[in-house]
Amino acid sequence: MDNSEYSKRKYHQMVDRVSPRSNILVNSFKAFCSGGAICAFGQALSNFFVTQGATKENAGIFASVSLIFITILLTGLGVFSKIGKHCGAGTFVPITGFANAMASPAIEYKSEGLVLGMAAKMFTVAGPVIVYGTLTSILVGLVYYFVK
Amino acid sequence: MGKHVGEQSIKYDKPPQIIATATVVGPKEGEGPLARYFDKILPDVKIDSDTWESAESGLAKQGVELAVAKAGLNLADIQYIFAGDLLNQGIGSTYGIRSLERPYFGLFAACSTIGEAMTLGGAFVDGGFAERIVVAVSSHFCAAEKTFRFPLGMGNQRTPTSSWTVTGDGAYVIQQHDASKQSPAIVGSTAGKIVDFGIKDLTNMGAAMAPAAADTIIRHFEDFNTRPSDYDMIITGDLGHYGYELLKKLLADKGFDITGNSTDCGIEIFDKEQQDTHAGGSGPACSAITLAAYFLPKLQRGEIKRVLFVPTGALMNATSAAQGETIPCIAHAVVIESGVREKH
Repeated sequence: MDNSEYSKRKYHQMVDRVSPRSNILVNSFKAFCSGGAICAFGQALSNFFVTQGATKENAGIFASVSLIFITILLTGLGVFSKIGKHCGAGTFVPITGFANAMASPAIEYKSEGLVLGMAAKMFTVAGPVIVYGTLTSILVGLVYYFVK
Repeated sequence: MGKHVGEQSIKYDKPPQIIATATVVGPKEGEGPLARYFDKILPDVKIDSDTWESAESGLAKQGVELAVAKAGLNLADIQYIFAGDLLNQGIGSTYGIRSLERPYFGLFAACSTIGEAMTLGGAFVDGGFAERIVVAVSSHFCAAEKTFRFPLGMGNQRTPTSSWTVTGDGAYVIQQHDASKQSPAIVGSTAGKIVDFGIKDLTNMGAAMAPAAADTIIRHFEDFNTRPSDYDMIITGDLGHYGYELLKKLLADKGFDITGNSTDCGIEIFDKEQQDTHAGGSGPACSAITLAAYFLPKLQRGEIKRVLFVPTGALMNATSAAQGETIPCIAHAVVIESGVREKH
């Protein structure tokens, strides 16, 4: 095979032509609907907890905890990945995605022990979210403090 | 003893014969288009194990044992095992066959390992260093996902070009040429070079591997002075639907047309639409079980006379990928001929 930079460049163009891409339009639509549905469900939960006598703030927390519980249960049952396959960002962006990202490696690496396996690997996907989430919140806090 | 031919090839003097094979597969493979050709379809991917890794080892053990049994032999009759897989340090194979107590050579050429094993094992047998050997490879979808991608339970989307690692083991008993037998024989091999065309996308392995396949196939034609039409079938390993298209284009650019007499094991093993496998099957077992279960019986019966088997492998790992490296690939070609002689 001709190994020159030119033929490699030509090959990359060929790969782009032959390889189909994910359908962004369909995926975005599905994500929009499913993500919206999850958020609406969360709101419904929150309203329900208010009717049960929770304060508005506590109701929000209870709703989040409920969504996390349902996600982790579905992850354990092997159902969440099947839903996520269709919903994509719709299930991944809300708190459900974070719960799934922690539960799935915890299950996967349980075979390497509870400490070095499950507990350590639990953060392989979610860890960066925590690190950069915290950093960003500090930055936003600083901006808020000085600009307010 | 065989001899070196051209630049990268071996021609075996007394072609080693494949006297028996075994294919042990997982449930998804057992629902695919080749289901009826496999020796053993396991009902559960866990294979009586607590971990995916030991499940793969279970496959590796069962494959070797079954191949030896199908040859009507005992393990003691096997002088060497050449085997490999995708897991770190080859534990899929080693933990599987550790209890078999046979001399072992662990190989790694990713999904092209069966081609490497046949070439080296074939040379061993033809050279008279062994009478009988087993070559085997395994892969396991869940173990491979864990090694290379995301946890199984994670709800992410697979891209259209991603492939599905085959759960299975393909084992072959190869022995010294016996003119009285009509078993298919390995008559030649072309060892591949590492070819890297700069593809980095781990979800498009077919595109990364196609140039390696093209490189080895063209070298093979030159070394043996043959053309595509000299083979009843040219069978690549796990390029999948898109990698196979790219291979045909690359070869056409060099003046070789393989359109009418070629296929890819990654395409054959799953039903793309029904089984939602996107680009097709992959993994060391993909080509090994497709050849053993589907094509070798055709050679055995003399329905096809000569195939060029070209398993393909991507030689990166999760660390190299995370470090932004491109994917180096390799393909080893093996010529297998039917032992059925024309009646005169």
